[in-house]
Amino acid sequence: MATIYIDHKAYEVTPGKNVLETCLTLGFDLPYFCWHPAMGSVGACRQCAIKLFKDEDDTKGRLVMSCMETVKDNMYLSVEDPAARAFRAQVIEWLMTNHPHDCAVCDEGGSCHLQDMTVMTGHNYRRFQFPKRSYKNQYLGPFINHEMNRCIQCYRCVRFYKDYAGGKDLDVFAAHNHVYFGRAEDGILESEFSGNLAEVCPTGVFTDKSLKAHYTRKWDMTMAPSICQHCSLGCNVIAGERYGELRQITNRYNGAVNGYFICDRGRFGYEFVNNINRIQQPLVRAQIPDAADKDSLYRQLAKILTKDTTIGIASPRASLEANFALRQLVGKENFYQGVSEAEAQLMRNILLTLNSGHVHSPSLKETETADAVFILGEDLTNSAPMLALAVRQAIRKAPFEKAAEISIPTWHDAALRELAQEEKGALFIAYPTKTKLDELADKPLHLSPDEIARLGYTVAAQLNTNVPAPEGLSKHSLKLAKQIAGILKKAKNPLIICGTSLFNEAIISAATNIALALSGKEKKANLSFVIPECNSMGLAMMDAPSLAHAMEVLENGDVDTVVVLENDLYRRGGKGEIDLLFNHCRNLVVLDHLHNETSNKASILIPVATFAEADGTIVNNEGRAQRFFQVFSPKNENFRESWRWLDEFRQFQNGICPEELKAPENLLAEMAHLMPQFKGADTVAPDADFRISGQKIPREPHRYSGRTAMLANINVSEPKPPEDHDSALSFTMEGYKGMPPAPLIPFFWAPGWNSGQSVNKYQAEVGGSLRGGDPGNRLFPEISVAELSYRNHIPSPFIPSPGEWLMLPLSHIFGSEELSIYSPGINERCPKPYIAINRKDAKDLNTAENDIVQLQIQDQLYFLPVRIMEELPQGLAGIPYQIPGLTGISWPAKGTLTKGNT
Amino acid sequence: MMISLLRTIGLTFLHMFKKRETIQYPEEKASLHPRWRGRIVLTRDPDMGERCVGCYLCAAACPVDCISLQATEDENGRRYPEFFRINFSRCIFCGYCEEACPTYAIQLIPDFEMAEYNRQDMVYEKEDLLINSQGKYPGYNYYKIAGLDAGVKGKGTGENEDPPIDIHSLLP
Repeated sequence: MATIYIDHKAYEVTPGKNVLETCLTLGFDLPYFCWHPAMGSVGACRQCAIKLFKDEDDTKGRLVMSCMETVKDNMYLSVEDPAARAFRAQVIEWLMTNHPHDCAVCDEGGSCHLQDMTVMTGHNYRRFQFPKRSYKNQYLGPFINHEMNRCIQCYRCVRFYKDYAGGKDLDVFAAHNHVYFGRAEDGILESEFSGNLAEVCPTGVFTDKSLKAHYTRKWDMTMAPSICQHCSLGCNVIAGERYGELRQITNRYNGAVNGYFICDRGRFGYEFVNNINRIQQPLVRAQIPDAADKDSLYRQLAKILTKDTTIGIASPRASLEANFALRQLVGKENFYQGVSEAEAQLMRNILLTLNSGHVHSPSLKETETADAVFILGEDLTNSAPMLALAVRQAIRKAPFEKAAEISIPTWHDAALRELAQEEKGALFIAYPTKTKLDELADKPLHLSPDEIARLGYTVAAQLNTNVPAPEGLSKHSLKLAKQIAGILKKAKNPLIICGTSLFNEAIISAATNIALALSGKEKKANLSFVIPECNSMGLAMMDAPSLAHAMEVLENGDVDTVVVLENDLYRRGGKGEIDLLFNHCRNLVVLDHLHNETSNKASILIPVATFAEADGTIVNNEGRAQRFFQVFSPKNENFRESWRWLDEFRQFQNGICPEELKAPENLLAEMAHLMPQFKGADTVAPDADFRISGQKIPREPHRYSGRTAMLANINVSEPKPPEDHDSALSFTMEGYKGMPPAPLIPFFWAPGWNSGQSVNKYQAEVGGSLRGGDPGNRLFPEISVAELSYRNHIPSPFIPSPGEWLMLPLSHIFGSEELSIYSPGINERCPKPYIAINRKDAKDLNTAENDIVQLQIQDQLYFLPVRIMEELPQGLAGIPYQIPGLTGISWPAKGTLTKGNT
Repeated sequence: MMISLLRTIGLTFLHMFKKRETIQYPEEKASLHPRWRGRIVLTRDPDMGERCVGCYLCAAACPVDCISLQATEDENGRRYPEFFRINFSRCIFCGYCEEACPTYAIQLIPDFEMAEYNRQDMVYEKEDLLINSQGKYPGYNYYKIAGLDAGVKGKGTGENEDPPIDIHSLLP
């Protein structure tokens, strides 16, 4: 620790950090623009000036930029020095000379860093009377709005977009006071992380276009801590509501998970909550009219659920509470995972590894510290975008390690980049097609799934001779495997990434072998699994048989009723087999929030709440259980949490009239008791009766407006605000105004800090964990608890079989996920169906690019235009995974291709 | 004691010959000053466009939270309120909304005749609030001064604004 003196007061601080972040950690309100805790300092904006004194006796001092000054022992500083204050006020005044008179119509207003900093420095009157500069704007796609007049030239946008996220199409143009931040020409921003520009930009140059369509100020939203539902990583988000509609998703800082950023699917994928396709009313399809109230629904259900044999089909996108309530309703032996046998088997394989405690499954934050990464069979940018961003940081930052030798501090962005030049960490990617991360890879390897597994096995065998090695390898692959093994062995912090995307179990086994071979006595190797959906891990941990087994019991005719929980089964198997499944059951009870093919078949359909209207807990790919909280109380009373419905149905068996019984924490406690693997999931967040000074935590900021007018058109007498019995949050603006515990932070705000940058007040140390520790509990053991032997199902070499193609599911960030596709912006970015084949294969088929070919998979026929992918191995045909029009396929799949004539 | 009583009676008697303060309302109307804080209206700019840009500042400033609105945009990107509601049964006529308004849209006018038999009728919607006048502040058009192009003026053609920068030029 070092002692520094700020305005004659001594503070104990960590040496080596910069003075700006230290001051913010200590609670000083020091204005800044270009510095960002995730991107470091460049000292460009001159806003964070403070006085630095030679020693205790120095009274004159000199102005320095606090973000460029390293904290050393015995430093004498002044934040309040009149010269420093005047300097900061003057800098803001210069920046504001060209800033337009736009705040009233600017979406950033009310959560604007520039507004905050202007007020902070005391610049409140414009003296500059000359004309303002103006720019033309660009069209940047469906996600981001561009208003260049507002720019203050801090360069954060390009530093994030290009340097941090690896984007190519946003840059700075022109010279001197004409600099322009935008694309070379109008067009859609290509980066999958472009939405972060809205948060990175300190003012309103880049703003959220989906918010603009139903604009609400930050202070007017009812917000709650939530978890992104659109992939397995479980990024923390803040969801905001107004007038009964979900309006915005912003990043919620979690030092261990997503840090300061989220991907575009997470940020813009929320609009399914407001979709007209929501199921509004319970439907009993046997009666006419089929809309049912709660009474007649319960009468029907009680008849079915008490007499008949019922099985439950769970869901990887429903919360632990909902899945557990279903398990309790139908009984352990009648409870099935709502995923295909192939997927269930992949998850079992993954769980075997994670439960043994022999490998470490790293958080996203830990991923960023890896120095050598080997990715097997995953296109991360599309299947787990934030993991791709974390890997990019790992690769980019690996050479920064030597900076300490020549005393360049870790936050000195420009110097570090100068030092690293073109150098980067080691990255190997084995995937059948090109991926966006290929540009960073030492060697992108375009192999078929089985060949990827064989390469993985070979690398493991090179690391440890006890590992079974594949036979019949070419000299070339052996050399390659040797090279990869060598680099992984040398690395201090190697990371292996694999996943379920290609439906190939051998890849997972091979990756596990590598990680096991790398693990030493002291240090376990890092092994990250990418899994299909937001709660796939939680569902797999329940250890239930798959959909295939459910089909078996249905075929035997022992079952009358099937309860399907938040699951469109046509995404889980071939259309034919799912049709058959439904034909075998007499009653089909479906609980879901959107109409889909499965809900269409339901005999009883029950509307449920989405993540924004429900509390729940989900487990991410790392094994971290995280709680999301209800954002608002929906106008439609039928939108009830799945677990609440199911928990009520449970009482039919006892002949009790349903009454509301359980808070989520009771369900979780019961679950942790019955299934000890979930121990820890029940203590993720404080209980519903948690209070600070007797008060709940308000979901609404203290400036929330319109309480006595927003419902006055219906009735001038205001209704009682909804109460929340399920959590320690309240639906109003009344409650405890201080610092809430980390899992319960509904929004970031501090006096003088209205924008998201106020997060620095919530962190124990700037850029570190939140006060009281980052939320979420890891459920997997950190120490070895079970034996784990090397896997040994090595696939034979892949040989293309004439006439039959191995179908390749190609994930797409925009399109492959079930719910986000309902957002208009995401739908616009979703690719049109296509089939990707090798050029030689295309030639053999006598087709060219864009020719229509006929694809037969199982009993389904598709007519798809050809997209030629040079790098794709022969015998493979890729189609976009689960995009609209390409569902109802049982993966893994084989298909036949013929030249189509339509 | 006696003298003071007689003096009072005398003074009261003299008042009978003074000008009367009481007026015969409603036949006779009170004269109110232009800045008297009464009924709230939404005004229009000199081009008769809606002045309100839906910035929510009035709603945030309102101490009784009786203003609620939703901003929306026309095809040119001009913001206006989709709905604008004031619950006058809650309004305390403090004028904070007018002070907060950056576009002179919301104004309090010298009119207090708003009594209703039914409280529900005290809820005013945009069609009840919007008037065909500039109100107290003639001549101001926010979109001519703001930087963005919302169909009122092109980029760089507003008041005190330079024409848009040619980013291909390197001239100083």
